[in-house]
Amino acid sequence: MAETIKLEVTRYAPERHQAPTSQSFEVPYRKDWVVLDALNYIKDNLDGSLSYRWSCRMGICGSCGMMVNGEPKLTCATFLSKYAPGPVRVEPLRYFPVVRDLIIEMTDFMAKLRSVKPWIIREEEKPLSEGEYLQTPEQLDTYKQFSMCINCMLCYAACPVYGLDPLFSGPAAIALAQRYNLDSRDQGAEERMGILSQHAGIWGCTFVGECTRVCPKHVDPAGAIQQYKLTAAKEWFKSLLMPWGAK
Amino acid sequence: MAKKPIEPFLWGLFSAGGVVAALLIPVHLFLFGLAFPLGWLTPPGYESLRALASHPLARIYLFVLCSFSLFHWAHRFRYTLYDGLQIKHLNEVITVFCYGGALAGTAAAGYLLWGLR
Amino acid sequence: MVQIAADALGCQVKPGGLSGTPSHTAYHPRWYRERVSTYWWLWKWRYLKFVLRELSSVPVAYFVTLTLVQVHALSDGPQAYADFQRWMTHPVFLTLNAISFLFVLFHTVTWFNLAPRAIVVRLRGKRVPEFLIAGSNYAAWLVISAAVAWLILRS
Repeated sequence: MAETIKLEVTRYAPERHQAPTSQSFEVPYRKDWVVLDALNYIKDNLDGSLSYRWSCRMGICGSCGMMVNGEPKLTCATFLSKYAPGPVRVEPLRYFPVVRDLIIEMTDFMAKLRSVKPWIIREEEKPLSEGEYLQTPEQLDTYKQFSMCINCMLCYAACPVYGLDPLFSGPAAIALAQRYNLDSRDQGAEERMGILSQHAGIWGCTFVGECTRVCPKHVDPAGAIQQYKLTAAKEWFKSLLMPWGAK
Repeated sequence: MAKKPIEPFLWGLFSAGGVVAALLIPVHLFLFGLAFPLGWLTPPGYESLRALASHPLARIYLFVLCSFSLFHWAHRFRYTLYDGLQIKHLNEVITVFCYGGALAGTAAAGYLLWGLR
Repeated sequence: MVQIAADALGCQVKPGGLSGTPSHTAYHPRWYRERVSTYWWLWKWRYLKFVLRELSSVPVAYFVTLTLVQVHALSDGPQAYADFQRWMTHPVFLTLNAISFLFVLFHTVTWFNLAPRAIVVRLRGKRVPEFLIAGSNYAAWLVISAAVAWLILRS
């Protein structure tokens, strides 16, 4: 008989269950299988009612984030072999409301992303005839790291501050704000500062640093937040020393 | 202009205090808290230490060290209480305790160092 | 709809607290939201390390108190300062000092290691590597500590 590995998967059907429970499945253990392959095996062969999100299977779409043995992971990039001989605990992303089984509600996250105005803001658009906004490789380099985010929400599931205070803007949204602040074509830094220097914006962060550790794209949201705080503090003291310069 | 938020100021003090504490407290605490009491090193005599501490620059140095470190403590301890014990509903009490403590400590440091001759 | 938006914006819904029995309908889904335990930082070493790092602020405040008492004793005269020195040799204070010293060292190390993440220095368009910034922090620490120790021991 082929080798198997046990998966303990969170099940929650809101129409039947009061609270989530765990269900065990034995799936074939293969060295080249990731956790998502095992979930797909369950859905295809053992229990078709298992609900979870996934799409690209190659760490680009950011939809298959789940807690694997208590750690936020992209299940398409997490090999079963790492957890052999098992069991492997698969749960929905922490700190988010659970809709069903492994699916979480992300409206809050989407609203937070939008709240930081993640697009290029210009005081005045230059006419088309003047051509595109050019950027040097150095200028690109200043924000490129923060533009790699795939919105997988692993950083939120790793952030105890978000768990404790759901109003906190959270790692990905602040890193995204910083991505546009540092863009040489953007002029919206002041506008975003007004939004994020609120208490629930950047100040709730206590630099736990877990968001950066779990980020599959090495975005370093924790660094982005501290840099943002430093900028905010500098601006504060600058406007104290030169009140006439403040707009 | 919108009301100036206080957070950037408090965070600025926290950071400045963090740097001061990281750079200076280990050597002070090691000497006066461990090395001298345990006899690893010979402590300076009373008169010479008093002369050193009452130098105007030394008094400014000690004032900065004490005050900034206290504001560092105030900010960090406030958030430790929020995160670690989930007592955000005691927000006002904690804020008064932490920053009030830092202000009182700063005043005490100013008073003591001013009087040190 | 208003209810859903409020939940999404983070209004706390206690587990199973909406009603005693499941009340799920197609247009009014019943989400499950887990409450964060008060002791969330206890069951994971990395979180515990974070809380210990944050708690290093307490020894910092202890050190300031000690220093202020010392200054007070200094200005009160030789007898008061001798008393202060005698307290410091008491096992209780020696233990407190030793623990505080370890915490303060932990603060120094974590502070210097994390500082380069907040402070981005760019030279000729390239970000200066983190270990260089952290390294210069440590170098400054050693030089300043040596200078302070020299000043105190020389007097």
